Amino acid sequence: MKKLIASAFVLSLLSSAAIAADPVKIGFLSTFSGPGGQLGQELLDGFNLALEENGKTIGGRPVEIIQGDDQAKPDVGRQAADKMIERDKVQIMTGINFSNVMLAVAKPALDAGAFIVSSNAGPSQYAGAQCHPHFFAASFQNDTASEAMGLYLQNKGVKKMYLLAPNYPAGKDFLAGFKRFYKGQIVGEVYTTFGQLDYAAEIAQVRAANPDGVYFFYPGGMGINFVKQYNQAGLKKTIPLYGPSFSLDQTVLPAIGDAAVGAFASAFWAESFDNPASKKFVAAFEAKYKRIPSPNAADAYDTARLIDAAAKSIGGKIEDKAAFRKALETVKFDSVRGKFRFNTNHFPIQDFYLTEIVKDAKGRPVMAVREKIDSDHKDAYVDKCKMAN
Amino acid sequence: MTLSLITEQLLNGVQLGVMLFLMSAGLTLVFGIMNFINLTHGSLYMIGAFAGAATQAATGSFLLAMLVAPLVAAAAGLALETTLLRRFYGRDHLDQVLVTFGSILALNEATRMIFGLTPLRMNLPPALSGHVDIAGIPYPTFRLAILITGLIVAGLLYLVIMRTRIGMWVRAGASNRPIASAMGVNVPLVFAALFGAGAALAGLAGVMAGPILSVQVGMGEPILILALVVTVIGGVGSIRGALVAALLVGVVDTLGRVLLTPALGSMAIFVMMAAILAFRPKGLFPAHG
Repeated sequence: MKKLIASAFVLSLLSSAAIAADPVKIGFLSTFSGPGGQLGQELLDGFNLALEENGKTIGGRPVEIIQGDDQAKPDVGRQAADKMIERDKVQIMTGINFSNVMLAVAKPALDAGAFIVSSNAGPSQYAGAQCHPHFFAASFQNDTASEAMGLYLQNKGVKKMYLLAPNYPAGKDFLAGFKRFYKGQIVGEVYTTFGQLDYAAEIAQVRAANPDGVYFFYPGGMGINFVKQYNQAGLKKTIPLYGPSFSLDQTVLPAIGDAAVGAFASAFWAESFDNPASKKFVAAFEAKYKRIPSPNAADAYDTARLIDAAAKSIGGKIEDKAAFRKALETVKFDSVRGKFRFNTNHFPIQDFYLTEIVKDAKGRPVMAVREKIDSDHKDAYVDKCKMAN
Repeated sequence: MTLSLITEQLLNGVQLGVMLFLMSAGLTLVFGIMNFINLTHGSLYMIGAFAGAATQAATGSFLLAMLVAPLVAAAAGLALETTLLRRFYGRDHLDQVLVTFGSILALNEATRMIFGLTPLRMNLPPALSGHVDIAGIPYPTFRLAILITGLIVAGLLYLVIMRTRIGMWVRAGASNRPIASAMGVNVPLVFAALFGAGAALAGLAGVMAGPILSVQVGMGEPILILALVVTVIGGVGSIRGALVAALLVGVVDTLGRVLLTPALGSMAIFVMMAAILAFRPKGLFPAHG
């Protein structure tokens, strides 16, 4: 009998040791091909950097990353996610950069019992009515950067603004976010075809309308084209450019060059942030990847460290979903953004800053912090969220 | 809209049109004469832009970039033609679309492997970075330079095609290939030369777009679509048609974006294409009689 008890005890030790050594499985689904592929790489580089600093562990357990390419298409993303959930049994999904991909992927992933900790996309649906106990956005709610710039220009008393964005859902969301806080006169609100190359016609209209400023949201190549052409038209000095950080961050600034200097961006993080976690991150990222990180990379870096901190606080046992949810909700970690906490809808409450594009010591355009626009900014959808227990 | 604004928008339209003409000239000749649908034309434009950006980054000279880009694009075009595409002249259009579409993917991926996904930058030389005063409108000097360069190239092309022996072969090939071949025209040589020249023009368009647009993988596809519209409207194989159609598309697209709502504005050129094809199914100036 003693032998039996002893061997049962040994066995139980073995099995609990096995759980602790089981790797945490994280599905990293993002855009890695096509023109948007740069963004997926930026996110993955930030995420991997945090894991490496941590000895490739999450909550003290080894980690297995299953990488998937959504090709910026919701249907392709859905297929890749299904595979991650059913075959690879991922416990946490992250990486998704496009909100339309997120909307296609989130429900099946959550239904299968996985956690989603978004390192980028923050669609309003999941901040509001569709909020879910296992859905967290460690990044931002999509509208908030635009809201911050609207708030800044409203407080500054800028009278006439001209708005430009591509004609697709995020373009409309960004301008809607801007208008939520900016109450001055809007002398033009233009939606251009997605992927438009030449903005000479729109820029001529801006000059004719003679506003006090231009607020634009053009991600990726569109933003590069627009800012270069705006500068060449000689308007940047007379009619300042304002945008969310996504239009003026390090994914596009090297390609825009001096043409961006003097433009303003609202940001929750910038490469010039003066806190120890951020400085360490920027130095390590530059040393490893030979480029300055963007806010996307910073968010992915924070996401990995946030997941790790939450998992650590419960001894790595993320299989206990109620405990892991609680740990994520109350997570404490050294964010590169300075301070960070989750609101009741699992979206961040964070500060927003006004940055100006200037040249750094090496002549590269960077976002330099000018002032804090808003402390503890919350998204506009939190009241619509009735979080299940 | 005031008169000066209309003038400015017309200038913008013509400048876009000239750019499209450079892209469409090669496309329409290759399509018209070889009866070959070449979707890689957009990739040649991308290769020109990357070659130009790399040259400028290495030497700091924009002028050198302008010279190197068409040469690199022509070399790439000739390499493609002689090794791969030549075998597809006799095949049907579906095969041609498939092989050139596959080539787009391969060339995009190869460019990504060499240059990475971060878009490259091309700077303007100081002499071209300011603006000039045209009837009270401050117009960017570089756009004016594109306009003038494009018009010069169009004029030269017209002279070559209409006034020289090579041009005669090209026209003969465009209007009746078997007869031209029977009359002693060295058709494979003309084809290869034509393909190279079209590639050089695409490369020139690419390097001139460099300072205005972002130099990145996949930049060739959006402009390829517009160039195909121009080719169809102008009449396949006709340089004159390509010039008229390019200017028409440039102006209609620009004014459409300004005067109409976004959805209608982006449709304007396609509505125009449908209307023109309804009355002239072979385009405005068909090369085949």
